[in-house]
Amino acid sequence: MGKALGLAALTAALCVAPFVVREYYVEILILLLINAILAVSYRLITTTGDWSLGHVVLMGVGAYATALIAKLLGWSFWASLPLAGFGAAAVGFVFVYPLLRTRGFGFFIGSFALAELLRLVWIKFHDPFGGPRGMIGIPPVSVGSYQFYDAIPYYFLTLAIVALSVWIMYRIDKAVLVGNVMKAVYMDEALAQSVGVNAPKYRTIAFTVGAFFAGIAGALLAHRLGAIDPHNFDINTMVYLIIWVVVGGTATFWGPLIGLVVMTAVFEATRPLLEWRPLLFGGILIAFLIFLPGGIESLLAKIPPLVERLRRPRLGRRTL
Amino acid sequence: MLEVTGLSKRFGGLAALDELWLEVAAGEIRGIIGPNGAGKTTLFNVISGTYRPTAGSIKFEGREIGGLGPSRIAELGVIRTFQRVALFGKYSVLENVMVGRHRHAREGLWGAIVGSGRRIEAANRDRAREIVDFIGLGAARDEPARNLPYGHQRALGVAIALAAEPRLLMLDEPVAGMNSAETLEMANLIRRIRERWGVTVLLVEHDMRTVMGLCEKITVLDFGKKLAEGAPREISENKDVIEAYLGADEFVA
Repeated sequence: MGKALGLAALTAALCVAPFVVREYYVEILILLLINAILAVSYRLITTTGDWSLGHVVLMGVGAYATALIAKLLGWSFWASLPLAGFGAAAVGFVFVYPLLRTRGFGFFIGSFALAELLRLVWIKFHDPFGGPRGMIGIPPVSVGSYQFYDAIPYYFLTLAIVALSVWIMYRIDKAVLVGNVMKAVYMDEALAQSVGVNAPKYRTIAFTVGAFFAGIAGALLAHRLGAIDPHNFDINTMVYLIIWVVVGGTATFWGPLIGLVVMTAVFEATRPLLEWRPLLFGGILIAFLIFLPGGIESLLAKIPPLVERLRRPRLGRRTL
Repeated sequence: MLEVTGLSKRFGGLAALDELWLEVAAGEIRGIIGPNGAGKTTLFNVISGTYRPTAGSIKFEGREIGGLGPSRIAELGVIRTFQRVALFGKYSVLENVMVGRHRHAREGLWGAIVGSGRRIEAANRDRAREIVDFIGLGAARDEPARNLPYGHQRALGVAIALAAEPRLLMLDEPVAGMNSAETLEMANLIRRIRERWGVTVLLVEHDMRTVMGLCEKITVLDFGKKLAEGAPREISENKDVIEAYLGADEFVA
């Protein structure tokens, strides 16, 4: 009951927000929504215990795919969006296949190596990727003769796509026969395999689906910015993604989103700090890893039992 | 049901299994014993697919399984338990057993998204509940697995294996670390499992009382080779077996 109410309130807030804030903040919100797909899709991959350093590059695959399709083929966004997703999923499949032999740190570094290899391909080849300067002049999304150029319409377009994407990933996570199996692979892979769970298959599914939605995020980003370059998808951005999931926590579905929202707010609030910001963010990451490795969601999980204890009368003390 | 022919497993220069020959008939409860380092757990690991055999063959129900991956072998009905405590710690007892039923309750992505698996899930839950009750953990059904006492955790391990509906159940030291009451409970459980489902059981154990009491036939390993094989009475009187165990804690017939 409380959940439905919360969700309704959130939806209402999201629909009203763009009208009550300045245009600058609408752009921030659009970016927040795009990053939401990125965070949730990353978390899906970590569900089976694989920590990837290549997720942001997969977003780049979606971005470049949609840019190339729009500029070279002239196809509409409604074709290039799913193709961006499937393209990223295909690249994700190619990445994860050799990585299945690795776990933990090996997977981490291996995924970074493969992703960086791809990113260097974008930097190296001026034709068709535009080299270091990337691609510009990506046409806006259009439906018939209407163009999604202004912030507010694009916000709602993004909101719709993000809501659908997050819902799909939520369903996969919650499905006892799929999501639970993935988490079982993480908790005890040998045990899971001993009852017939094909661990490599589930790791591949998690990675490929995560890659698909990273591609979707990339497509949305490309059409908003109108221009993309390889630096949009470098290790800096990847570290921010890691910060969101560490700060928020990955044990629950909503953890990474909490981390994303909190860190985006901190990011905006600390703009005056200029070049001190990376230092601050690094410090926050380290602080969380040491003092609160479970993330903010682990704090939130402590609230219900705490409330229970406060409600109960104290033992040994009589009240008149 | 299980035919092991000329099975060898080498780790570098060390032969953990050395041309082992073994046959287990359907419905048997077979014990595998031997001093530490004899190769008992290696044998389990090779049969269950964790290791590839270096040489020789393993046939299950006439089908060659040597070299197949662990999940593939499990899918064929060979289910093993672990010497260590192997659980999905964060999940409840019931949820643990539900994962065990993976062979019979699966769902693809599309089904997950649109929720078409609801009926399978409900049936799955019921079957899992039956197994949890059969094992005797019904009261702790919703308790997180990691909170259970040791004896119950081991029983849960067996429940998870049982949930997979094994045709061959391989139990790796099921009573390790248990006191005499828990040991008796586990032995009874294994008997009940065989009675109820007619499962073939392969049992690795050090506790001689349990092995002698439970198993119809015992195979003794030493240095990766078969030392002796026969009924419990024969084995307990076998001179070679007694010699191999000399220096070990106890050998009670």
